[in-house]
Amino acid sequence: MKQFSELISAIEITNKTNAKIAALVNFFTVADDKDKLWMIALFTGKRPPRPVKSSLMKQWCAEITELPEWLFLESYSTVGDLGETLALLLLPPTHHIEKSLDDWMQELIQLKPKTDEEKKEYVLNAWSGLEAQERLIFNKLIGGSFRIGVSKKTLVNALAKLTNIDANQLMHSIIGNWDTNSITFDELLSGSHINYDNSKPYPFCLAYALEKELDELGDVNDWQAEYKWDGIRGQIVKRNNELYIWSRGEELVTKQFPELTEVFKTWKHDFVMDGEILAIKDSSVLLFNDLQKRLNRKNVSKKLLEEVPVGFYAYDILEFENKDIRTESLAERRKNLERIFQQNTAENIQLSEIVTVENWSALHAIREDSRSVNSEGLMLKHKHSPYHTGRKKGDWWKWKVDPLTIDAVMIYAQKGSGRRSSKYTDYTFAVKKDDGLVTVAKAYSGLTDAEITEISRWVNKNAIEKFGPVRTVKPELVFEIAFEGIALSNRHKSGVALRFPRIKRWRQDKKVEEIDTIESVKDLIFTRS
Amino acid sequence: MRIVKFTKKGIYCIPGKFYLDPWLPVDYAVISHGHADHARWGMKHYLCHTHTKNILKHRISDDISVETLDYNEPKTINGVKLSFHPAGHIIGSAQIRLEYKGKVVVFTGDYKVKHDNITIPFESVKCHEFITESTFGLPIYKWLPEETLQQQIHNWILQNKANNRTSVLFGYSLGKAQRIMKLVEGLDEILVHNAIYHINNAIESSGIVLPETTRLDGHFNKTDVQNKIIIMPPGLLGSKMLKRVPNAATAICSGWMQVRGNRRWRGVDAGFAVSDHADWDGLLQAVKASEAEKVYVTHGSQATFAKYLNEIGIEAAEVITEYGDNKLEAEEAKKEATA
Repeated sequence: MKQFSELISAIEITNKTNAKIAALVNFFTVADDKDKLWMIALFTGKRPPRPVKSSLMKQWCAEITELPEWLFLESYSTVGDLGETLALLLLPPTHHIEKSLDDWMQELIQLKPKTDEEKKEYVLNAWSGLEAQERLIFNKLIGGSFRIGVSKKTLVNALAKLTNIDANQLMHSIIGNWDTNSITFDELLSGSHINYDNSKPYPFCLAYALEKELDELGDVNDWQAEYKWDGIRGQIVKRNNELYIWSRGEELVTKQFPELTEVFKTWKHDFVMDGEILAIKDSSVLLFNDLQKRLNRKNVSKKLLEEVPVGFYAYDILEFENKDIRTESLAERRKNLERIFQQNTAENIQLSEIVTVENWSALHAIREDSRSVNSEGLMLKHKHSPYHTGRKKGDWWKWKVDPLTIDAVMIYAQKGSGRRSSKYTDYTFAVKKDDGLVTVAKAYSGLTDAEITEISRWVNKNAIEKFGPVRTVKPELVFEIAFEGIALSNRHKSGVALRFPRIKRWRQDKKVEEIDTIESVKDLIFTRS
Repeated sequence: MRIVKFTKKGIYCIPGKFYLDPWLPVDYAVISHGHADHARWGMKHYLCHTHTKNILKHRISDDISVETLDYNEPKTINGVKLSFHPAGHIIGSAQIRLEYKGKVVVFTGDYKVKHDNITIPFESVKCHEFITESTFGLPIYKWLPEETLQQQIHNWILQNKANNRTSVLFGYSLGKAQRIMKLVEGLDEILVHNAIYHINNAIESSGIVLPETTRLDGHFNKTDVQNKIIIMPPGLLGSKMLKRVPNAATAICSGWMQVRGNRRWRGVDAGFAVSDHADWDGLLQAVKASEAEKVYVTHGSQATFAKYLNEIGIEAAEVITEYGDNKLEAEEAKKEATA
């Protein structure tokens, strides 16, 4: 496992994608074929079922170290990762075990049906034969994510660099049906188990933010305006009765959205469509926060399917009946797209509506009002534009609404996880209500590392609780919070829900007396939407 | 009868009428060691270990009034018998023992139980009341033996050399820098940042011999440093000077590097858990060896460590102090770096 352990060490220390790719390429160059397959399996969610419950591992660790539970939890909240906490708490190794990644994985598979006593004996023996870093990896092999920032895309890019095989084909190969015991590394990469011709996607056409006045764009009639939706861009590839959904990050997400896959499979024609995957309930688009609950899940529960149903708004068509039509004009492509929607209907799959206006000035009011339909602004596309490869200036523009902002005070701080586990990075903010405060938002981005370090130091000094992951702090630090929309909500104590709140800046110049009141926050609903 | 009390200015010895590591200006300050959060400016009179004197003068001012003692050399102040005992934290670091009418109090300042080949090893002192730090007061903090750490750092440097990279290690100019110098001694020429160079001079002026180093001139030639070993204070992370180092491979040496999240947070190439503080086992070992009836826990994980001590039957209470504020060190390092 030495090579695998070195790979993890090399990847976890860096936040540079190129360094990660170099470490991956190195691993694929030196490791055994079986270990390479396991590495790919582990990083793409193809791991065997967890053989040992984490609660048992915690219990055994407590027995060995004789630490009280509260101290274990205190350690856990500082480390932010269970497998790592266990690895650090356990006693130094008494001997050294060296096995290949494949050996470990095969043993763990065989461990699954055994009794708890047998599992305990096995795990304790492994723990006492491994150094802290190897122990951490062993714990991760049992279950849990490595959380070292290697996406499927990064992995695929490394494989592409190694083999010169097309990255999207590799993506399909590693996501396709295979298991480590019935395929070789070369077979996996050559894609002998898949038919890439059926899944091959196109690069997405991307827009720049509008940087000029509307009338500088020319005649309004040459432009197609649509709402800009805040979901995830998706490409639906339907060829020869097979259906694939690619995300903009060039990952295959077909299985994450069964309600799209099932419907599109029944549609007439073969096509490749570009559009937005959105959470849609009762014909209304939900917030991106809701959609997030559906992302990156291995299994989608029935409950979640009902709670956050997913739909698709189609923007464009790239291929029709196996013919690449990206060079045709947008107007022509739109006709094809509309034809498909005339022949196929589904409640959750709709054409992206064209916003028709007589003149440019009429568009301002529509953009300002876009929050009322949970859209984040408008898209302007030239009617003669081809479907470009990648980001190209001039033909497509995004014209987003400016964020709303309020001043709020921090009342709770929580440590982050993974890279952020040592610092207080997740904050809860409140505004004034009567004589007290009421929570309005939770946010965790938008500050520099230096600011986070300074705030963490302040939290350590000003926290009211001493234990546990959440610290209540003196309401003293004021922040400007930006958000994309606001709506009345019964589910929130404050009576309002903010859409995509984030920290715009730390207002060190402001005192807590100067923050917004809940009334002034609610006024935003009535003045803006 | 209480010998010490915890005040807004620092730890106060009541019968002796002096302060231990005060953070506000007082007339008579007994200093455990030279770090900025323990030895501050503005005291009318300082008492410290012999090896700390020139560090204080360098850091605070040449004009300060300083008196020194060797380890185990007693001095009586207003009827209180005071003595310094090795704390193993940095060169000149001392635990402060106070004895009055048969009662003994020990204030550790910062300390490390493990040996590091550069400071005089920690010596445990029996007492009635033990005032201990708790910087790494969680059981996840367990330091590797010095030889293992040294092996890890050597391997890293040798690998960097093989890959035509310059090794840059980050550690505070006082304490950590000298420890790193000792850890890498003999591997290659060691270049130290100006701030470290000056601290080294201050330490050596007390007659201590440090590993041989070369001062890293602010306008160094890239070819002069290529593939060598450079030690810089942490304030220089992300600096222009660092950017000028050809093919730099960077590593932070700090106890916080024990946790993966911290290693990744700083965006360096490596993190070594090299600490000058006691780890969890070291803290417990020191507390038990003191045989104290009552333990006061200062800076770090004071709430956690005090709670745990009470649970294992050692009476303990936490004390809020102004120690452990790395901001002071960072600011000083920055000041030195730009000077």
